[in-house]
Amino acid sequence: MRWMLILLIAASSLGLAGCPNKIPKAGQGPEVVKPQEESATSGVGEGRVGDARDLPGAGTTATAAGGPAGVGAVIYFDFDSSEIRPEFASVVSAHARHLASFNTARVRLEGHTDERGSREYNIALGERRAQAVRRAMMLQGASDGQLTTVSYGEERPAAEGADEAAYEKNRRVEISYGR
Amino acid sequence: MPMLHRALAAFLVLALQAPPAAAQLTVQILRGMAEAVPIAVVPFDWKSDGAAHWDVAATVQADLERSGRFRPLARAQMLEFPHEAAAVDATDWRMLKVDYVVVGRLQQLSDARYEIRYELVQVATGERLLGATMPADRNALRLASHRVADAVYERILGVRGAFATRIAYVAVEGPADSRNYRLVVADADGANERLVFSSPEPIMSPAWSPDGRSLAYVSFHGGLPAIYVQTLRTGGQVRVSARSGINSAPAWSPDGSQLAVALSRRDGNVDLYLLSLATQDLRRLTDDPAIDTEPAWTPDGRALYFTSDRSGGPQVYRMGTGAGDRPRRITFEGSYNARPRVSPDGREIVVVTIDRGAYRIAAVDAERGTMRVLSGGRLDESPSFAPNGADVIYAAREGGRGVLAVVSIDGRIQQRLAASAGQVREPAWSPFLH
Repeated sequence: MRWMLILLIAASSLGLAGCPNKIPKAGQGPEVVKPQEESATSGVGEGRVGDARDLPGAGTTATAAGGPAGVGAVIYFDFDSSEIRPEFASVVSAHARHLASFNTARVRLEGHTDERGSREYNIALGERRAQAVRRAMMLQGASDGQLTTVSYGEERPAAEGADEAAYEKNRRVEISYGR
Repeated sequence: MPMLHRALAAFLVLALQAPPAAAQLTVQILRGMAEAVPIAVVPFDWKSDGAAHWDVAATVQADLERSGRFRPLARAQMLEFPHEAAAVDATDWRMLKVDYVVVGRLQQLSDARYEIRYELVQVATGERLLGATMPADRNALRLASHRVADAVYERILGVRGAFATRIAYVAVEGPADSRNYRLVVADADGANERLVFSSPEPIMSPAWSPDGRSLAYVSFHGGLPAIYVQTLRTGGQVRVSARSGINSAPAWSPDGSQLAVALSRRDGNVDLYLLSLATQDLRRLTDDPAIDTEPAWTPDGRALYFTSDRSGGPQVYRMGTGAGDRPRRITFEGSYNARPRVSPDGREIVVVTIDRGAYRIAAVDAERGTMRVLSGGRLDESPSFAPNGADVIYAAREGGRGVLAVVSIDGRIQQRLAASAGQVREPAWSPFLH
């Protein structure tokens, strides 16, 4: 599993090596620079065909929008780790299968950390957690366009408090369906 | 002892992969407090009618006292109130054990125009060390007073004062479900707060432009993180990076032409990039499967320090910005060193480190890598150098509340910055302002 992840990371960085690092110019000076949207919104319905309601068998869309029934929507992590713990593998798989079955379903993966350490490192760590879940879901049938990630680092704790009981609730990825 | 000892300790830590010895911190404490300079700041003369429009001496005295390097004489203990150097009676001040006396006057020239005249006298010799006149607008009397304190500080200590500078920080108010984040700029003494930007979504990572006119920061306004540059005078805000993934940790190059930033883009791998503000050209600096973030420029603009966990846990690295430059690890003491900031002379880096289980601020010698822990909290973070390199401001916790604290670079002087309501965090000290 981890071996496959490494392969996937290698593959994606190879792909990136071919990308131009120079981004399109916009405007003439700093005051009129147009912000660059690389693809922050791609995959969230952009250019996708139709809406769930247009599809045959619209009765299933409630499930598509809400995720698999009876499955948790939060994955918890160890300190300074973005490795998916064995007890959460089945949760990730259930969501991945669901996304594979309902290709109109969209998921936002929100990465979070506890409050310890520096804030910007924690933003990066939250991103890595969200990406770990994203990759695992893609390996199990979800498609890239169904998944977006965002990291809040330590900025949005689920539990207040400065003890391990709060910290372990805050080191997490939240899986939310919608849009 | 300390230097050789510390170098040896660093070597042992390296060799044995053991946790850092607590020796450095102990050495700091044993050194004791520096003797603060006894000084008297005599209330300034005011020639016009009514009460003085500004108490210059009170502002100067508060600045000097707050720095921890001076011990000002209380007004009630003064025996006389001279307004010029020629009227300073050395015998009286010597009796009060005062080494220096500041005197002066504030004069209103026209409706909005004022003039401050000040002099500094050394009691032992009777020598006049400073004598200057400076104009000031009505709304700049506070700032002009800070400049008087800067001049006195520099003349006596030989280090430029940083009282007439500002700090930016993030203030957070409200319960978890209706937070309000405010980016605030205030004078270095916490007075004169001004709102730069507010949002119900997180605001992070304020960074001053080298000319002190703009701030770069990260805002999650609209639900996704983006890097903005805002001009303080006009309030004009430009979004400079809203790429897929994280847009994080902006740091201005010393010439102000580009930002070093941490991006994850589509592949999710957090690396450092250089973003040109004029052309929007983006150049990738690092390409490592580990996290590379929190860039900080060296004063000459030729290299960056940054945090990377490529060795397993977060440590600080240094890397030239030229093509083909390779990162070199700087910190070896302890399991966690992150968020570097470089001193104005480039000789020291302050970092967040784990010291005996607590997150604290430490200074690292850029050449030797030796480390001194400066702070004593449990969750200290976000260190930022004063532009004169004498002090470091950082964020700390006090009874669960976020506060700002200042420590001198030798660790001997500690200050707290009074926080208004709510939490304050992520302080960034401005450059010198003109």
